[in-house]
Amino acid sequence: MKTKAIIIQNTGFLLIRTGTLIVIMSLFVMLGYIFYKGFSALSWEFFTEMPKNEMTGGGIFPAIVGTFYLMLGSSLISIPVGVITAIYLTEYAKNPGIVKIIRLGINNLAGVPSVVFGLFGLSLFVIFLGFGTSILAGSLTLGLLNLPVIIRSTEESLQVVPGTYREASLSLGATKWQTIYKVILPNALPGIMTGIMLSLGRAAGETAPVMFTAAAFYTPDLPVSVFNEIMALPYHIYVMATAGTHIQATRHLQYGTAIVLIALVLVLNMTGLILRYKFRKNLK
Amino acid sequence: MNDEKIKIRLKRRSIIFDILIEKFFFIIGLSSLLVLLTIMIFLIKEGLPLFKEISISDFIFGQEWYPTSGNPRFGILPLIISSLYITIIASLIAIPLSLSVAIYISELAGSTLREIVKPVVEIIASIPSVIVGFFGMVVVAPFLMTHFNIDSGLNLLNASLMLAFMAIPTIASISEDAISSVPMSLKEASYALGANRWQTIIHVTIPASLSGIWTAIILGVSRVIGETMIVLMVAGGAAVIPTSIFSPVRPLTSNIAAEMAEASVGGTHYRALFAIGIILFVITFLFNIIADYLSNKYKFKAS
Repeated sequence: MKTKAIIIQNTGFLLIRTGTLIVIMSLFVMLGYIFYKGFSALSWEFFTEMPKNEMTGGGIFPAIVGTFYLMLGSSLISIPVGVITAIYLTEYAKNPGIVKIIRLGINNLAGVPSVVFGLFGLSLFVIFLGFGTSILAGSLTLGLLNLPVIIRSTEESLQVVPGTYREASLSLGATKWQTIYKVILPNALPGIMTGIMLSLGRAAGETAPVMFTAAAFYTPDLPVSVFNEIMALPYHIYVMATAGTHIQATRHLQYGTAIVLIALVLVLNMTGLILRYKFRKNLK
Repeated sequence: MNDEKIKIRLKRRSIIFDILIEKFFFIIGLSSLLVLLTIMIFLIKEGLPLFKEISISDFIFGQEWYPTSGNPRFGILPLIISSLYITIIASLIAIPLSLSVAIYISELAGSTLREIVKPVVEIIASIPSVIVGFFGMVVVAPFLMTHFNIDSGLNLLNASLMLAFMAIPTIASISEDAISSVPMSLKEASYALGANRWQTIIHVTIPASLSGIWTAIILGVSRVIGETMIVLMVAGGAAVIPTSIFSPVRPLTSNIAAEMAEASVGGTHYRALFAIGIILFVITFLFNIIADYLSNKYKFKAS
């Protein structure tokens, strides 16, 4: 009886360890394979040159620039709106009903599929407001898509700032805003930075919304205004891998571009995770 | 005297400023609701007029999707069934693996391994879907082709595998939160009754965190339904009702992404794609409401 229970336990633990190992190995196999195949494509020219010979040669400079603009543009929307929403929810809102509804809205916004965000961006920004397929339309769409990411991480970091900090500041005669601005925000900043890093990573990696609102297969010049179309790293990978007559000829460029995108997203996310780790440790 | 007046005036000014700030923050705070509402309005505005041309039942139960032929037909049943199959198979793969990870992190791993496995799972969550799709195309597809002797590796199975990978971090991390929040006292009571660790996990810890695990599964499944780039790249793209696990399929999301560029603004095709968007929005919205309800209802109060 006792030994049977132990055998079941050992089998159960073995299954769980195996399952976990499969998940972790899948990640390493995926990343390892792409790095292994694409490493040879990386060169200085790959980062700094325009595509050549109908995309079969040259570099991905315009796609890097485009992704950078989208990251920058989307954060101009998502950071201020997201941080202010989180401050309102944690510091100001008194009516639990309103908080509940807003929070439900945020959760549902986080669950809207990115392709639906793409449809929304297309119909509102590209067509209805007449921005066209452009940096502006893409940034607005990605900025709104990223709102829940910023709101949640900001809220979380505001909540862990000890209540005694607030009381101390208020008792010294500071107003609520002064307390938030001078005491709470500086203490929550590393946590907020985590959310910003995660949202930047997402803006860099999202494809479906970008292809409806901002991206072009190929642009001969770098963008000069927010109303220009741009190339973007994820869309570049998608197009090279699926469309056109040179799918095999551009294979090494596809791997190379994938490495650049993965590296960018990983650096942003790991910075975010490290910041959060340190932030939690400091407050303990 | 004069000093006092200035002080009072300054104080008053900062109080007024505070009130203005609060009003302003309230308005901004409503923005996510406003965005959600605007998404609904624009989906309806662009998608709903479709049903003046085609009846809802012809749209949903029609078996032929030929949007660009001379006699166009807009039946999305094959797309719905594709989405359904992919979601079911991906969930069957993702749920056991995710729960393994969640139980491993919360119950089995020592503190060092936990600090390694947890961030690794979060890294998976951050991998862009276009990368996962790319890997499915260049590695998994040829692998399936040679090992199962099929014409194309871009099919239902490939898409389900890649989507499962995508869903694992969502299900694993939310389940892990739920499992970790089960009070120690419950487990201790179980140990005191002579149960071993496995019996305690299966009969006490998991049942106690079941509502959290359901929340995790629902959110994970909702992500699978809405994921676009992976299915666009590896599902094969045939708008027919799949007959085997190796059939090429065309789920709802990839259909929108694949055809939006060729649909002329305001045309029937364009409206049909937005109508598919409405369906996706409604499904994921319902899933999120259920998840929200579950997570609020049976949560252990953090001690």
